[in-house]
Amino acid sequence: MSGLLSDELLANIGRVSEPRREVVTRRDIRKYAVATGSRLRKYLDGDIAPPMFHVPLFWDVVELDALTPDGVSIDTLLPKFPLERAMAGGLEIDYLKPVRPGDWLTSTRTLTNIYEKHGRSGPLIFYEIVMEVKNDQGELVIREKTTRILR
Amino acid sequence: MNPEPSVGLVLPSRSHTPDNVQLMLYNAILWNGHRIHFDLPYATEVEGYPGLVLAGPMLGDWLHQLVDEWLGDKGVITRVEYSNRGATYVGETLTVGGTINAFDDSTGDLTIDVFVKNGAGETVAPGIIGACLFLDKEVN
Repeated sequence: MSGLLSDELLANIGRVSEPRREVVTRRDIRKYAVATGSRLRKYLDGDIAPPMFHVPLFWDVVELDALTPDGVSIDTLLPKFPLERAMAGGLEIDYLKPVRPGDWLTSTRTLTNIYEKHGRSGPLIFYEIVMEVKNDQGELVIREKTTRILR
Repeated sequence: MNPEPSVGLVLPSRSHTPDNVQLMLYNAILWNGHRIHFDLPYATEVEGYPGLVLAGPMLGDWLHQLVDEWLGDKGVITRVEYSNRGATYVGETLTVGGTINAFDDSTGDLTIDVFVKNGAGETVAPGIIGACLFLDKEVN
């Protein structure tokens, strides 16, 4: 085991969030397409959701007093890390099925990994969260892995 | 989709110059209240940024748009891998581009190296997008 990551911290690997079920609406697709500068009519009209529409669909909705003073919602899936400054992160997304208005989708997030590396400027903590989005038939629609780096 | 895919083909690039309104609308649809995206005194004086920070996933969306526009109704994006390497700001002009790095005409699978660059030419969001062309010729 490495220096920064205690057994207690590593025991958080495998933590799973409460599932969240949301409905896809034409109006939300249209808003998202406009806001991202899309030029594709099928998205601007909301006939089908563009890739990454699951990002606004499942962004956490928390109450005002649960936001930090800088307006950020705390990710309750994460433990308290000994490093806190967030650096660049990466995303890997598999798109398995199309998403259309009227679809009900359920997302479940799992903290799948925490590990440490030594960068040029000191230790870095990496963590990975996998979000699985399924339809009401239980079929996987989208799988997303986020990797974030703390220093 | 024009021209037909081949390894090394450079996709038509696009530039984006998002303003405060676009950034506000993007964070509104996300329900993202992070002040660095709309509170200029906070972003500059407290966080020390030179301006309002563009939301990272919006750049990720632009990578998809580049490929999606080129594919038209001839194929679909199946996979993406990208990272945000540096902050970008309202007022900057960002360029999105891509090059096909693999294509299998028997399956229709292709992969495209994509990027977002800032005005200084630095890559701020590199990525790889996987797509699949529909083999059904009836689509034409």
